Amino acid sequence: MIRQMTNPRFMTDLAHLPTHGHGARGATWWGTLGFIAIEGTVFVLAVAAYFYLMGHEQSWPPNQPPPDLMWGNIQLGVILASMIPNLWADKVGRQEDLKKTRIALVIMSVAGLVPLGIRVFEFYGLNCLWTDNAYGSIVWLILGLHTVHLLTDVGDTIVLTVLMFTRHVEPRRFTDVTDNCTYWDFVVLSWVPIWALIYLVPRLG
Amino acid sequence: MNRMPRTVPGREEIARDGPWLSEAETHRRLERTWETPPGLWGWLSTVDHKMVGRRYIATAFVFFVLAGILALVMRLQLASPENGLVSADRYNQLFTMHGTTMMFLFAVPVMEAFAIYLVPLMVGTRSIAFPRLNAFSYWVYLFGGIMLWVAFALNIGPDVGWFAYVPLAGPQYAPGKRADFWAQLVTFTEIAALAVSVEIIVTVLKQRAPGMSLNRIPIFVWGQLVTSFMVLFAMPSVMLSSSMLIMDRLVGTHFFNKAEGGDALLWQHMFWFFGHPEVYIIFLPATGFVSSIIPVFARRPIFGYTALVLALFATAILGFGLWVHHMFATNLPHLGNSFYTAASMTIAIPSGIQIFCWIATLWGGSPRFATPLLFTIGFIVVFVLGGLSGIMLASVPLDLQVHDTYFVVAHFHYVLIGGAVFPLLGAVYYWFPKLTGRMLNELAGKVHFWLFFIGFNLTFFPMHLLGLEGMPRRVYTYPPGLGWDTMNLTATVGAVTLFVSLSIFAANVGVSLFRGQRAGSNPWDASTLEWATPSPPASYNFAHIPVVSGHDPLWEEPDGLPVVSGLRVNQREVLLTTAVDAEPDVREPVPQPSIWPLISALTLTGMLIGSIFTPWAVLWGSIPVAVAVTAWFWPKSPPETPEPVID
Repeated sequence: MIRQMTNPRFMTDLAHLPTHGHGARGATWWGTLGFIAIEGTVFVLAVAAYFYLMGHEQSWPPNQPPPDLMWGNIQLGVILASMIPNLWADKVGRQEDLKKTRIALVIMSVAGLVPLGIRVFEFYGLNCLWTDNAYGSIVWLILGLHTVHLLTDVGDTIVLTVLMFTRHVEPRRFTDVTDNCTYWDFVVLSWVPIWALIYLVPRLG
Repeated sequence: MNRMPRTVPGREEIARDGPWLSEAETHRRLERTWETPPGLWGWLSTVDHKMVGRRYIATAFVFFVLAGILALVMRLQLASPENGLVSADRYNQLFTMHGTTMMFLFAVPVMEAFAIYLVPLMVGTRSIAFPRLNAFSYWVYLFGGIMLWVAFALNIGPDVGWFAYVPLAGPQYAPGKRADFWAQLVTFTEIAALAVSVEIIVTVLKQRAPGMSLNRIPIFVWGQLVTSFMVLFAMPSVMLSSSMLIMDRLVGTHFFNKAEGGDALLWQHMFWFFGHPEVYIIFLPATGFVSSIIPVFARRPIFGYTALVLALFATAILGFGLWVHHMFATNLPHLGNSFYTAASMTIAIPSGIQIFCWIATLWGGSPRFATPLLFTIGFIVVFVLGGLSGIMLASVPLDLQVHDTYFVVAHFHYVLIGGAVFPLLGAVYYWFPKLTGRMLNELAGKVHFWLFFIGFNLTFFPMHLLGLEGMPRRVYTYPPGLGWDTMNLTATVGAVTLFVSLSIFAANVGVSLFRGQRAGSNPWDASTLEWATPSPPASYNFAHIPVVSGHDPLWEEPDGLPVVSGLRVNQREVLLTTAVDAEPDVREPVPQPSIWPLISALTLTGMLIGSIFTPWAVLWGSIPVAVAVTAWFWPKSPPETPEPVID
């Protein structure tokens, strides 16, 4: 450093580089991926615990009806449909089109709140309580875990939506929008196997 | 090259580093931009990875001392048969607190602490990725540790062992709140560890100096990167299982309740799916210390760089396939046991490759036996012994014979103290000058090493024999006449020796902080980038981001590293590079200091401690957490000087 202080050898000037980048060019995208890996592992382990407990039972669910299909299927449809505005939000976010991004974020806030409403009926339709037996415990745990993800991402989306209507808008904020879209992809895609686990597996045997 | 930086007409010129700005002026401006404000507020709101890293290291060593004192009390209790120094109940708390503190509050955090401090310096960047998350992580870790120790002081410390097996830790056999404090401590420490892992992964993948392609990363950084990935996939398991435990205890779920379709072994599977990788989460960073120290003191580049990196990956992958060897005594299918026996023996291969590479480096160099190298060689000796007893334990018949005896205690202390604490102490001697600007006393260091080495073997070697003689672990006393007396007394004498050696170490650190010989920027003539900064480094780490063209940049460029220019000096900014080749890609702003990570950690602490007593704390407690986190992310002011639009 002392030698550098007296005589730094400059090779390249980087002033021309941009100050933000979408997707893999930005740091936050990688951080989001890291948290997705953590939360994905939690889901995988919870699912493993489900099958482990199932292996100990003669019938599954043990002497009680399986969860009602209707609300689960509605939820699957609604959550999968939210991918469409989510892809659009990602596209207009990358284009850094403020007007369209604002619209997309408002849509995504609603698209996140609707599944939360449906989720209440899903819990009612599980036909069991967590205190009934280990089956009830693990089903409530898994559905609860996914609900936590819904809640946090909806909260995040709403905060971001409000932010994009304030004076704090700057080009970097659009990377927050696209990173938020990446996280919503995870919330949606994780729902498909969990839906199959909660609603279909008890009907297999 | 001496052209002026681009400016936009009519706007204030954006100041950047480069030949147009004198070096003194560059340092002055960078210092103003990056310094942590003085005073208590600055101390509480800092996001400087070096300050947070130092705090993490200091705190982890405080917990090391506390847990060490518990160990000493246990050894004094066991010094003679039918001793009455502590009661059975207190003894249960002692070994649980010792194990829990050593694993969750010392071993993992101290390794991460070194990563927090060193990785950004070693990859040549000005800040860790997500510095506010880093500050948050420290506070969560600290508050979790305080919670556990306050509970212990109030006689509600956990007493169910550091792995809290059910049904012992379940609602039926562990009434009261002791086991809940254990379960919630796990949540605190795992949140902290997971956050650090994400920071390290992103720092390593995205913030390396230009030219530091993946095949030029220092092995220490590889070790921390691989470890961070292990944390991502291992720690969720214990977070989930400890949450399930607390739910069984608090809200009447039945995950581990046999009567209602639950299963006690589910706990063991989930705990050890974390617990075994945990050993490597502690060990791999330690191998990183060793791979840093050996080439510097052998005065030659490391032998077998690629083999060492591949060994790290192999260890990490195999480390996830061993957990059942903790469960050989649980009546699992024999075929399954054979698989885990094979995997447990296989993992000795990458460890062996690493050890041969280190020996080859020493062999081909001209070693100088300073204290860091002594601890490293002590590590090789002790760890190999621990590895050998590990191969013995991987065999099911032998494991069944010595299961839950002092043989196991001896084995894992050889692996953990040998594999982690020896390298860690070497690392302290090695990097102390970088952290403090002063050298540790070399004579005191050598005395420390020899007393530690002798004391360690005196304490733990007899435990092998005690185990073979049938002494079970976790007993608070034993009757005379079983042939255990002398070996127990020897172990206690060894523990006192360890205590003396660590006291010398503590005194050395205390005195050297103020009176130690001044260290220059590179007192060991080392080759990695942290030694290109002054000791201790400035708040901004590097005045100019260096360019790297090999494994050992400071040896390859003895006349000073080439650098890049063009980063802003009046706003915090880091250079993002591409993940594989480290090509410069983006100049990204870095968050300012903030008090909100601390407030977020406080609200989270309130929620987690509250949830020990009532499930409603999760609901109501999440509101202040959400408010604090939103305030953390909410921008405080518009950017100072907008960037001209050139992209």
